[in-house]
Amino acid sequence: MSEFFAGWPLLSIVTFLPAAGALWVLAARAMLRGDNAGFDQGVRVITLIVTIATFVVSLIAFAAFDPNAVGYQLVENVPWAFGASYAMGVDSLSMALVVLTTFLTPLCILASWTIEKQVASYMVLFLLLETLMIGVFCAQDIILFYVFFEAGLIPMFILIGVWGGARRVYAAFKFFLYTLLGSILMLVAIVAMISISGTSNIDELTRYAATTGFDPSLQIWLWLAFFASFAVKMPMWPVHTWLPDAHVEAPTAGSVVLAAILLKMGGYGFLRFSLPMFPDASHFFTPFVFGLSVIAIVWASLVAFRQLDMKKLIAYSSVAHMGFVTMGIFAGNAQGIQGAIFQMISHGVISGALFLCVGVVYDRTHTREIAFYGGLVNRMPVYAAIFLLFTMGNVGLPGTSGFPGEILTMVGVFQVNAWVAAGAALGVIFSAAYALTLYRKVALGNIENPKLDGITDIDAREWVIFIPLIIATLVMGFAPSYVLDFTNSSAEAIAAAFAGAAP
Amino acid sequence: MNAPLYDLMSSLQHARPELLLAAFALLAAVIGAWGGQRVFGLLSLLGVIVLAGAGALAYAFSPVAPATIFQGAMVVDGVGVFAKVLIALSAAATLALGADHFTRANDKRFEYPVLIVLAVLGMFVMVSAQDLISLYVGVELQSLSAYVLAAWRRDDAHSSEAGLKYFVLSAISSGLLLFGSSFVYGFTGSIHFDAIAAAVDEGAGGIGLIFGLVLMLCALGFKMSAAPFHMWTPDVYEGAPTPVTAFFAAAPKVAAVALMARVLYEPFGGMEDQWRQVLVALAAISMVWGSVAALLQTNLKRLMAYSSIGNMGYALMGLASGPEHGPASALLYLALYLPANVGIFALILAMRRDGAPAETVADLAGLAQRRAWMAALFTMLLFSIAGIPPFAGFMGKLVVFTAAVDAGLVWLAVLGGIAAVISAAYYLRLLASIWFAAPAPALQRASSTVAITATVAAALTFPVLVLALGAMQRWAETAARMWF
Repeated sequence: MSEFFAGWPLLSIVTFLPAAGALWVLAARAMLRGDNAGFDQGVRVITLIVTIATFVVSLIAFAAFDPNAVGYQLVENVPWAFGASYAMGVDSLSMALVVLTTFLTPLCILASWTIEKQVASYMVLFLLLETLMIGVFCAQDIILFYVFFEAGLIPMFILIGVWGGARRVYAAFKFFLYTLLGSILMLVAIVAMISISGTSNIDELTRYAATTGFDPSLQIWLWLAFFASFAVKMPMWPVHTWLPDAHVEAPTAGSVVLAAILLKMGGYGFLRFSLPMFPDASHFFTPFVFGLSVIAIVWASLVAFRQLDMKKLIAYSSVAHMGFVTMGIFAGNAQGIQGAIFQMISHGVISGALFLCVGVVYDRTHTREIAFYGGLVNRMPVYAAIFLLFTMGNVGLPGTSGFPGEILTMVGVFQVNAWVAAGAALGVIFSAAYALTLYRKVALGNIENPKLDGITDIDAREWVIFIPLIIATLVMGFAPSYVLDFTNSSAEAIAAAFAGAAP
Repeated sequence: MNAPLYDLMSSLQHARPELLLAAFALLAAVIGAWGGQRVFGLLSLLGVIVLAGAGALAYAFSPVAPATIFQGAMVVDGVGVFAKVLIALSAAATLALGADHFTRANDKRFEYPVLIVLAVLGMFVMVSAQDLISLYVGVELQSLSAYVLAAWRRDDAHSSEAGLKYFVLSAISSGLLLFGSSFVYGFTGSIHFDAIAAAVDEGAGGIGLIFGLVLMLCALGFKMSAAPFHMWTPDVYEGAPTPVTAFFAAAPKVAAVALMARVLYEPFGGMEDQWRQVLVALAAISMVWGSVAALLQTNLKRLMAYSSIGNMGYALMGLASGPEHGPASALLYLALYLPANVGIFALILAMRRDGAPAETVADLAGLAQRRAWMAALFTMLLFSIAGIPPFAGFMGKLVVFTAAVDAGLVWLAVLGGIAAVISAAYYLRLLASIWFAAPAPALQRASSTVAITATVAAALTFPVLVLALGAMQRWAETAARMWF
């Protein structure tokens, strides 16, 4: 298998296949002048096929990838301007996130089947978004990384603004400007790094940082600039306020992509840049990040408890879970980093699934208000069971994928600072409180609201969406070593780079 | 053959683009006087061809080393050629847009193509000026044509006001330019740039020379509408007919930036410490004011005026970053910024209702539902001008940020970044109107000229210029290196 595909630009194919699909839809639209229901259905099918094909190609790349080898693989390099180049390459961390992206996107397309408004534009934007998301994880040149990282804002802005909820325009602006302000400072830092080190290749920059190293006093500034970008993206307390708005107003698939993939770019950035390239500054700022992480975990959990809107509750729970990720990353040891990576992947699946669960009932009732629901188990037993599984995953029940990530990050942090681990453990208790309360209010009890009398259980399409997610959650929960063994090499390398600069 | 005649002959060879423009302008004036409205279409078409031809000639005969012509009055060199190509192409595009617009408006006065070509001739002289006289002549030829163009709709109060305002304020700046030039002449004893440069290197002048230089900088800042000399820009942009505004926003900016680059780095290269702070201040104020002041604008042309003020700030940031990267990055920035600018004006012209182009942000409402293709082009061009990747506008920002950081102006780059976020807010307002608002009344069909111009501009912003960036950068740097 891997021999057959040797020399193929697999990463470019994975990255740009969705964009090619977008061009296909555009061409079809121009030629067929499509604005009827049949055309819309065709567009949905084309998009689904393209995203599934992308998933298949990413699996081929996955098969061609050797998780035990050190360094970047499947490398492609074409010179471009400024001494920068179109350089693609993955290590096991980015490979895992690429597969997560390609795995979730077809499910998002299926979840978007109920979109009726401007279907072709929606699907084109979604395909472009997929290209940009995959590109972020594959880019091996820091300028290319920035291009993908930032360009992803464009389709997301339009997706939220056109197909979102009532306050969608406000949410779209807030999302765009907040994240742009964060990342523009990173751009200046990137330019400064290239100016100092003379290279824009991420691999070479990492090696430069390990050998020559950026001046520690300069590292502080560079670290802060990168932090501004990734902390907003993550999002960390107190710069998370764009997230509840964007999540709530985005269409279901948009929320899934935001929670499952776009948030991971923050964690990916910390792992790829902050820790290995600015190890001294990372050590310096570790207490700061720990403090923010614990506040995020405890505070966001408490806020989630008080929410009246289902999506908003899950959004705040995302903030709390991302607190575990930042905490694990900056623990800086192999357990903490492994836990953070695992938590990122698991959160991608579980929070995506939870937003899809909300989408299922939203499609039927067009409200996300928790008080509207109650007793759904009586009318939708299958749905209630699925929702329960993912709620438990969110709580971190052993046997679901939520557990290994949380426990590993806490083990990692415990070795560094026991108090931080204790604070995080408090958050685990709170998360059980809000997640189970949500479940009780929505699914259990008797149906009080007469409008829910006619509600139907999940249909075949929704089954197809949930089955892969259920399998992923359980497999990662019972056999976490599949993921952990795979990402081990990256985690070890990052931990080693970080430990090398220990004061 | 005696020496002056020989100089003339060889100079004429190097001045092919300028000769072509001058010949066309004179001939077209005669033909137009005889043919009147009937020849408007023909002259406009020829004008577009001549402009594109002048750009092509300039490029085809670009010299390997600087060639001084007309006894040291002008020079043909890399920076000049780069600027001429940009000027010629953007002027050709805006002339085509204008011809289309005035034909539809049934306002077919033949002077339009003549004036545009004359203005371009003035710009060609500006960017190749090698002494203070040709500098001034070039600036004035460009400006005089521009005054008339601004007041084109003379029965319209707005347009007349724009022309008058432009004329009065511009006359003051021309006065400043002359006044400053006289100081420079007085304290260095020459009008030739190389003689001034030699005098500067020997330490001539002192405070008087600085005084002259600052006056000249103010005048040039006025011509390129850098804040705080930008006051005329929004009013003139709003009052002038839209295709004329499109012209003002493109070619003259290139000429002004190229001229400023030449003045600063050639005659006054030895005084970099003195003028750099002025340039940095101009850049900082322009970037910030260009983004903040536009936030509340609802008129599209006023908004584009502030947008061009802000963008001049970025070009100036590039220019301020020293001889190694300064001129090259400023020119590259303009090359990457212009397509989006021209394209956006083309789309504004395309948005016609009841025979008049769109004027306000609300006129764009719901475009995505009515004209998906135009909305897609608008989206690309606006994100490009806002400096969001992967579009050419972002590459331009990257170029000037790199130049500034290399020159140690990190704080200026950070300020530019923050200004870019603020300006993104108003570009997003346009996009929000296009995508999120309910559709406004139906539009007339866009003409093919407008559609093609906008499509080409969008294709340039992505992917053409992005892919060709390496080659463009080499060209700009080779051009700028001829000076040093």
